[in-house]
Amino acid sequence: MDIIVPQVGESIVEAEIGQWFKQDGEQVEKDELLLELETEKINVELNADASGKLSILVQEGETVKIGALIGRIDESAAGAEPAEKTEPAVEETVEEKAEGKQGRPETKQAAVTAEPSEPASDQEQPPMNPAVAKLAAERNIDLSTIKGSGRGGRILVDDLPEAGKQPEPAGKAEPETPQPTESSASETGKKDLQDERVERVPMTQIRKKIASRLLKARQETAMLTTFNEIDMSRVISLRNSHKAAFEKKHGVPLGFMSFFVKACAEALKEFAAVNAQIDGDDILYHHYYDIGVAVGSKRGLVVPVIRDADRLHFDDIEKTIRDFAARADSGKLSLDDLTGGTFTISNGGIYGSVLSTPLLNPPQSAILGMHAIQDRAVVVDGEIAIRPMMNIALSYDHRIIDGKEAVSFLKQIKTYIEDPEQMLLEM
Amino acid sequence: MAEQTFELIVIGAGPGGYVAAIRAAQLGLNVALVEKRASLGGVCLNEGCIPSKALLESSEHFFRARHEFAEHGIEVGEAQLNLGQMMERKQAIIKKLTGGIAGLMKKNKISTFQGEAELQAADRVRIKSDSGETELQGKSILLATGSEAIELPHLPFDGEKIINARDALSLSEVPKRLLVVGGGVIGLEMGSVWSRLGAEVTVVEMLPQILPQSDPQLAQMLQRSLKKQGLAILLETRLESIEQIDEGIQAKLSNEKGEQQLVCDKILVATGRRAQSKGLGLENVGLKTNKQGQLEVDEDFQTEVAGIYAIGDLVPGPMLAHKASDEGVVFAERLVGQKPSINYQHIPAVTYTWPEVASVGRSEAGLKADQIPYQAGKFYFAASGRALCNGTSDGFIKVLASPEGGRILGVHIVGPHASELIAEATTVISFGGSVQDLAVTSHAHPTLAEALKEAALAAAGEAIHG
Repeated sequence: MDIIVPQVGESIVEAEIGQWFKQDGEQVEKDELLLELETEKINVELNADASGKLSILVQEGETVKIGALIGRIDESAAGAEPAEKTEPAVEETVEEKAEGKQGRPETKQAAVTAEPSEPASDQEQPPMNPAVAKLAAERNIDLSTIKGSGRGGRILVDDLPEAGKQPEPAGKAEPETPQPTESSASETGKKDLQDERVERVPMTQIRKKIASRLLKARQETAMLTTFNEIDMSRVISLRNSHKAAFEKKHGVPLGFMSFFVKACAEALKEFAAVNAQIDGDDILYHHYYDIGVAVGSKRGLVVPVIRDADRLHFDDIEKTIRDFAARADSGKLSLDDLTGGTFTISNGGIYGSVLSTPLLNPPQSAILGMHAIQDRAVVVDGEIAIRPMMNIALSYDHRIIDGKEAVSFLKQIKTYIEDPEQMLLEM
Repeated sequence: MAEQTFELIVIGAGPGGYVAAIRAAQLGLNVALVEKRASLGGVCLNEGCIPSKALLESSEHFFRARHEFAEHGIEVGEAQLNLGQMMERKQAIIKKLTGGIAGLMKKNKISTFQGEAELQAADRVRIKSDSGETELQGKSILLATGSEAIELPHLPFDGEKIINARDALSLSEVPKRLLVVGGGVIGLEMGSVWSRLGAEVTVVEMLPQILPQSDPQLAQMLQRSLKKQGLAILLETRLESIEQIDEGIQAKLSNEKGEQQLVCDKILVATGRRAQSKGLGLENVGLKTNKQGQLEVDEDFQTEVAGIYAIGDLVPGPMLAHKASDEGVVFAERLVGQKPSINYQHIPAVTYTWPEVASVGRSEAGLKADQIPYQAGKFYFAASGRALCNGTSDGFIKVLASPEGGRILGVHIVGPHASELIAEATTVISFGGSVQDLAVTSHAHPTLAEALKEAALAAAGEAIHG
């Protein structure tokens, strides 16, 4: 029977013979793919309408009109050479190209399914979201241990454990022995919610921000802490004797904080590095003293900054701190209030802390930690005496502050608080 | 001689260099960017991707006004070409974009230096400009100087008769007869522009297909379409010599069948590009290029000299602007300890002819050569409602997928807006997506994008409209 170029589409009047998938004279089966016709709009595949021996009348690359005769199938020759029909010719040409040599059908078939060579990466890796590979490399995660929660086991970014944690091996974690570690919590998240022994709450934006800042402070600085203790008796008696008059005059009670802010401002003038910060390969020395004061509020810990603390009077400092505390509770602190400090004071004493190491508030290089005042037995002039004592701590970035400077700075604070007259008289 | 110190000095402000500079600055580095041109953006913005797209768009409007408006029932009479205005528009776009990059540099606090950079040592660069010399000290140096058009020995560029792609973007009049040597991306794009504007364009290509890097079926479809638009394309043909005669340039062409003469007014040589490292002072730091003139780099894009890095057209891989940008980002992130990487199989390649040609992932030939089993599915835009409405139904999408999991291995498009359609395919492939993923993803109707879904379904033998 004749092979005719079929009607392909309304406006198409001619076609090009794209590719014959069969050789001239080859035996073809009914419905086997014979050739591809190319037109300006679409390509059309032609299958054999009958079985028989193919004779090709128009070669590849030639242009033919719709309805033109391009080949014949001699049906009388059908089944003449049944042995050759087992392997579809289209695959054969494919494989010959691939192997570059002839071979028996069996071996060719095997070659096709054999291990692929170069692009194995794409083939063997489980499908995953593109960012997964990057994050896994950065967090040192072996992806073969991760069970993907996406379609078809695809690993999503959310399936990766947090930085620094390895996933639980799959199939472990018996419900009888729940481990209260965070990694098991993140691995078996939904189950935990069901058994109500663990509550899963997403971090708020501010908590996330705090978390990343604190982690950064630890990871990107060379932080050390030095300690000292202060005999508070002089400053307490000074405060007690002037408390009422101070409050009457200025309308704010006199607290210890203003003494410490003042002491820090004076000491910072003497130890410039403590008031400095690292910027790239340079050190920025600040010739102003903007001291942040950590304030616990209903909305979490905030650190508003007292500007030019060295030029302020005690009452100004006390008023500023009170104003900050009030605005922190009502959420009215502005970003300007919270940024740009050169040094920070944190008072864990108001919660009863006796000793702790405060964490740097980058890019600042040092932070002073105040603590609770306790009556303790101390030796004064060779005698045991009971004195109101406060431990103080200075955490500092050892990259730009030397141990000697840090210790001396803290000792200067001790001197100013133990002998406030010296500071007040600016001696 | 003033000396300044930076954590990173980037040489070359093309799509590789300026992107690397921004990313590094975002990551906290103190960055300098050195560029010899007066404007930033490199070849891409100044004399490549952007101006050619501006002219392709303008010339397409002109072509449509002349040949296709009538079919839509719009009579405008004879459309007139104002080439000066067309060039001004192109120039305005360049100005806007290069100015935008300058703004980005300022915003990211990147110090820019205008002048020619020469390496003095692994951490030192000398910049020569009209205003004098200066030296910069850098902890790391990134070379991103890109590439330049290859000149044929017997056809040196003169900017008049023998021109390169840059010249072809700024012709002051439409040449009557333009001979394009090289049937690659640049030759076909520029050939299309001038053909649409009225030039008689002949493209000669030495290899048996245009766009030699592309799928042969795509190339054939494009060739047929270009022929219909009036471009003559001679395959397996080389330009032997030229002779100046009264009527113009007589070019002697030869192929298997013999020789032929062709007279033209201009010859655009677009036979390829090569890495541009001349004058960079590689010899001062002991760096050598490979045979192709490129620098070999490791996965951090570090060259053989510690502290000196290279990206973009200067290193092996396809010479594409977005490849350079991707490398710039990965380079900067790896420099600060992040661990991104590039899958070069997932970088799309686009030719902005009519119809457009775009590919991503594996080619059919590559899969065959690597003996990876695959199934191919095709969908013709002639069956797309949207394509018919648009009057742009030439072309098809071919999806190659693994027969077992249906994972999509490659997508090849010739057709309207292939450059945009390839984005979805790239996303799917880089997510390790499968035919089934596309099958369950809703595609708005009627859109050209539906064709990708249909082609994917066809690969699984489940096409709805195929």
